[in-house]
Amino acid sequence: MNCPPLREMLKKTRLFDALTTAAYALALLVVVLFFLFPIFWVLLMSFQTHADILRSPPSLFFTPTLDNYAAIFAGKMETSTGTQDITFLRNLGNSALLSSLSVLLALVLGVPAAYAFARYKFRLGEDIAFTLLSFRFAPPLLVLLPMALYFGKLGLNDSYLSLIWVYQLIVLPLVLWIIRGYFEDIDPNIEHAYRLDGNSWGATFLKVSIPLARPGIAAAALLAFIFAWNNFIFALVLASAAKQPVTVGALLFVTGSGIQYGYIAAATALSVAPILMLALFLQRHLVEGLSLGAVKG
Amino acid sequence: MARLEIDNLTKAFGSVPVFNGITLNVERSETVAVYGRSGCGKSTLLSILSGALPAGGGDIRIDGRSIIDAQPEERDIGMAFQNFALYPHMNAFDNIASPLRGRKKPPQDINERVEATAKLLKIDNVLSHFPQEISNGQRQRTSLARALVAEPAVLLLDDPLRNVDAKLRYEMRLEMPNLFRRFQSSVIYVTQDSREAMALADRIAILHNGQFIQVGPPQDVYEFPRTAEVGRLLGDPAINLFPCETMVRGDSLFVNPVNFPVNITGRYQLPSTSKYLAGVRPEDISMSVAPSANSHSIEATIESITLSNIRSVFVVKTTTGEKMTVSCPEEETQQYATKQRIYVYFPEEKVSLFSPDNERLIKQNPSN
Repeated sequence: MNCPPLREMLKKTRLFDALTTAAYALALLVVVLFFLFPIFWVLLMSFQTHADILRSPPSLFFTPTLDNYAAIFAGKMETSTGTQDITFLRNLGNSALLSSLSVLLALVLGVPAAYAFARYKFRLGEDIAFTLLSFRFAPPLLVLLPMALYFGKLGLNDSYLSLIWVYQLIVLPLVLWIIRGYFEDIDPNIEHAYRLDGNSWGATFLKVSIPLARPGIAAAALLAFIFAWNNFIFALVLASAAKQPVTVGALLFVTGSGIQYGYIAAATALSVAPILMLALFLQRHLVEGLSLGAVKG
Repeated sequence: MARLEIDNLTKAFGSVPVFNGITLNVERSETVAVYGRSGCGKSTLLSILSGALPAGGGDIRIDGRSIIDAQPEERDIGMAFQNFALYPHMNAFDNIASPLRGRKKPPQDINERVEATAKLLKIDNVLSHFPQEISNGQRQRTSLARALVAEPAVLLLDDPLRNVDAKLRYEMRLEMPNLFRRFQSSVIYVTQDSREAMALADRIAILHNGQFIQVGPPQDVYEFPRTAEVGRLLGDPAINLFPCETMVRGDSLFVNPVNFPVNITGRYQLPSTSKYLAGVRPEDISMSVAPSANSHSIEATIESITLSNIRSVFVVKTTTGEKMTVSCPEEETQQYATKQRIYVYFPEEKVSLFSPDNERLIKQNPSN
């Protein structure tokens, strides 16, 4: 037979393996660069002066400055036409308040609802669940104007409550659909065993169902928080300057004397930080959840 | 009054009936194996008893108290599941302690009883481990310990040995009757394994078409199946069933399964029909290489041999083309090979007659 010796074949295989690994690494690097480069660039910009940022061609070498951050914390920015107030810190507080309260409300409403959708078959159950999901793909503007009129009638215009209410359109379906899947994955026998042990339905829900769905709840809460944090259009239309989150507040940096890139970059870095920290903190729970799921049953 | 009384229980899923009024009593310290084909409603029965599913009608009583409308936590029932259903977020100790905590026992009592039960089930060395860190066998024992620890009035076991290996299954089959006796529980043991049902139960209840078609001690049910279906279900390999007809020879009445004349004169309370099904257990059929000198035997050819360490199973084909299953002790197996011509014989008293239309056993006359 005209076969190459085994050692040659092995060598070829090893070479092939090495090449494949290298190709994967390269592809991953390209993807990582593609996604991380804008963040990296924004971070660089936040330490540059306005002149450095506008320099052409742009350079990686500059004298770093903390002026942008200092201005944000001081609440005053210098532009070519004079000094302007920055409400960024207040916006940041609003973002934190609106996002966390929205997620909290969505969890209070969504976790029991997700459990009901997962465990019980009832009339129109699937239709209701799908209707809730459809809020996610309806254009926000479709609901915004009716909601604005509605809130006007209720006297809720320009209130945190109305914003948290409208944010439910974004976060509730997310919470409901993600956590529902986790509840569906819990073996009903586990819950039934706990009830036979002498525990009520409520105790079983709190001591067995929720702890077992905790990774899902953490993941859903994190995603919901990010979506609420990133929302722009609802607060733009429904809230006045005093109640606007960072996404809308950043518009202040588009001034009559031009776009203040340095301040925008510093503000962006500051507004991304809480989300990043939250994600890193919750990462442990997410991983734990995956490993718990792997040995299910 | 029996400990557990299932009284005319009915259940249907939509228009599909599952139970058409079943009745069963289980005494204190008694184990009843509920046995039937898959999908016959065995697990549904346990779900209704434990309160996971509502009953359609009838009543369930424990020590005379109706529990049909009671919440699961009010029923005083322990249950071990086929897939163990251990709490993945609790270690073995907390899993076993759960029924005691649910029943608000004092902490000292909980510690003592969990440790004693774990010791009895040989899992006292894994109490601090989580379910995902212990072996399948240990999980099974933990689940059994959890079901037993609070000494519930009724213990429901849903095929608990289904997911464990053969060695452990054998071990547990020996251990479980002692455990049940010690805890004095009334046990309903659901299984799909006829040997397990025979080995563990004080009585076997055969569930078929929404009814208990026969309830009795394992040996009785095995030897005197009330219908051909019970014969088919109980026994591995299953009973041979041959269509036959009555024939009169002189003063005697015979049936002729596989052309083997069986004298049934005066033995049965025969209905007017002349056609029957004759049932013969594979182990009641004798096999030999030469025709038997003092009895009638049938010529046959060995089609296949399945070796086993206790009894080997043969499929043989008679000269008239009928197939039958024969089982014989392993040490007699060596003298046979496939395609070999052999002779088979079965004693008349080992033949059960069933009516061919409803497959019910034909009653024997009292003298027999």
